[in-house]
Amino acid sequence: MTLTAKKIALSEKYTELFYANQNKLDEGSSNLFNRMREIAFKRFEKAGIPGFKNENYKYTNLERVFGKNYRHVFEYEKVDVDLNEAFRCDVPQLDTHVVLLVNGWYYAKNQPLENLPKGVVVGSIKQIANEKPELVESYLNRQAGLSDDPMVTLNTAFAQDGFFMYVPDHVVFEKPIQVINIMRSEDPVFTTQRNLIVAEKNSQTKVVFCDHTMSDCEFLANNVTEVFVGDDAVVDVYTIQNQNNKANSVNSSFFKQGTNSNLLTSVATLHGGLIRNNLKVEFAGEHAEANVYGISFTDKKQHVDNYTNIEHAQPNCLSNQVYKNVLDEDSVGAFTGRIHVVRDAQKTNAFQRNNNVLLTDSAQMNTKPQLIIDADDVKCSHGATIGQIDEDALFYLRARGIGEDDARMMLMNAFAHEVVQKIRIEPLRDRIDELVEKRLKGELAKCHSCDKN
Amino acid sequence: MFRRGAQNSELETTNNMLTIKNLRVAVEGKEILKGINLEIKAGEVHAIMGPNGSGKSTLGNVLAGKEEYEVLDGEVIYEGEDLLERSAEDRARMGVFLGFQYPVEIPGVPMVNFIKTSVNEHRKYKGLEPLTAGEFLKLMREKKELVHLDSQLTNRSVNEGFSGGEKKKNEIFQMAMLEPKLAILDETDSGLDIDALKVVSDGVNALKDPSRSTIVITHYQRLLDYIVPDFVHVLYQGRIVKSAGKELALELEEKGYDWLKTENV
Repeated sequence: MTLTAKKIALSEKYTELFYANQNKLDEGSSNLFNRMREIAFKRFEKAGIPGFKNENYKYTNLERVFGKNYRHVFEYEKVDVDLNEAFRCDVPQLDTHVVLLVNGWYYAKNQPLENLPKGVVVGSIKQIANEKPELVESYLNRQAGLSDDPMVTLNTAFAQDGFFMYVPDHVVFEKPIQVINIMRSEDPVFTTQRNLIVAEKNSQTKVVFCDHTMSDCEFLANNVTEVFVGDDAVVDVYTIQNQNNKANSVNSSFFKQGTNSNLLTSVATLHGGLIRNNLKVEFAGEHAEANVYGISFTDKKQHVDNYTNIEHAQPNCLSNQVYKNVLDEDSVGAFTGRIHVVRDAQKTNAFQRNNNVLLTDSAQMNTKPQLIIDADDVKCSHGATIGQIDEDALFYLRARGIGEDDARMMLMNAFAHEVVQKIRIEPLRDRIDELVEKRLKGELAKCHSCDKN
Repeated sequence: MFRRGAQNSELETTNNMLTIKNLRVAVEGKEILKGINLEIKAGEVHAIMGPNGSGKSTLGNVLAGKEEYEVLDGEVIYEGEDLLERSAEDRARMGVFLGFQYPVEIPGVPMVNFIKTSVNEHRKYKGLEPLTAGEFLKLMREKKELVHLDSQLTNRSVNEGFSGGEKKKNEIFQMAMLEPKLAILDETDSGLDIDALKVVSDGVNALKDPSRSTIVITHYQRLLDYIVPDFVHVLYQGRIVKSAGKELALELEEKGYDWLKTENV
């Protein structure tokens, strides 16, 4: 088959899949989801699964993983073990409300969350869109629906369930919510998950996503998360990606920020197969601040691609981006950081940095800053480095009696620490520091903090 | 006087702390040290002087175990052991300390962690238990005073944002913490004002005792007013071309190096 024929075949495969299952997708889902499906799918068909020719996916060819055969989970599947028992995240002192999702679906036997502040709603987006559509309607697809990205339109077409959270005006929700996404199956599975987080005016909340696999087979997840940060609101969203190395995922996150709002989002990628993280921040009001961080450690054939897009649509906003990658063996990394400052977004401060360490000759890193600046009174900077371990620093440590392996570890930890220290939940920060150290020592095959049977 | 070390080496190797015999070292294929002979006994202070590019820093680095340096020939016996066979970290643990000419900034590695790991690695090598947090802090406080190191500096990352003088003080502070048997101070005086120079030399002198030796690598005689050497060696084009007592330093200060070049080339 020629390349074009292959591409057409791949596209037809998804067309067939969609139309054959459209009823199933609609069944039980709110019209808020269903009304968008076909529109989104038609837009998906125009672009198809992105290959090398798609400029935005230049460094990550998704045709390979999307071309494989998967079982699709179009309805909630009963889980034959009690996940609350089988799965535990034992991060010490990390006192969180825990919510489990299995293969993209809200787990039916989640423990009820107690002592939620008044008006806070946490649950299955499918269920809440049906029962309290007024909470969902003004937000669902208000960011993702505008995207041309075929991965996002594909998600919109297939989305049925996911995590939902609503924090009303002026509520400070101190205890973090921990959303544990579990992939669990005997055979390769394709999942579509749609999450929505709404933090209303002057509210505060912290969400931690942990991506895990409970079986060793192949997975493909195409997830979208929309986050609305209201005026004066403070929102933290952390993601720990720690799946088996055959688990592939595309995660697209959208953040829309109101006036004076403050966002911190950070992703730590430890294990996984092919991972693509799309992130978009849009400033909808002035004096908003977005802090966007990422750290990844890869080895073997891992592939991690972070693509960010910061839309400075309003004046007087600040964005900070720091992404770091440590690449070992034959792993491949990519970072694309797009910053767009629109014409009247004066006094914009937009900073971006991407630092990478290659530990072997065969590891590969691609980095591409893209700054589009249409205002004239702004401060913007970008910087990218790709290098090896600093041999002078290594010698300095060794000359003080610190063994070579320990010295390397110290330097790697120091490299990662700049990103990890930004985390605003202390026990989580300590745990990630620890996970990073274990990862570097090769002790972490999967997340050992998750005690699972 | 000339090549005093070389003449004695065959006779007295066993009494020396350090014996360097015919050491030849290349960096990136270029021979820098072309047959160094030197002997150092416990308690002695040796100054190594010489013009730029003569190989002074190379000597310091090769003794400390920097790997880019290729040893072509010769041997280095330290306390009866073949030093060149040992890793950089082992040499440090055995008591060899290099005070760097250009201390490296290591962002993200906190000073305290660094020093603590270093001290405890030294203790482990000697079969000692790690220091308790209390013992460690007490020791650190004591040694910081010795070199008047600003307390705030140990809360930072290693050398990060330190001034030139602070970096050098930090080297001496580390030396005080580790109490090496053989300290090699590579141009510790360069870029120091007189006050800082005094502080640094006081630190070095405070550690002086009959069981410890020091190699002071320097460009200028000034430092030797404060750290008084027993012997002065002139390194020129990879060889020690003159060795004498401390008066040689003054002579060099007065006459420069040119008279030695003509005398020996």
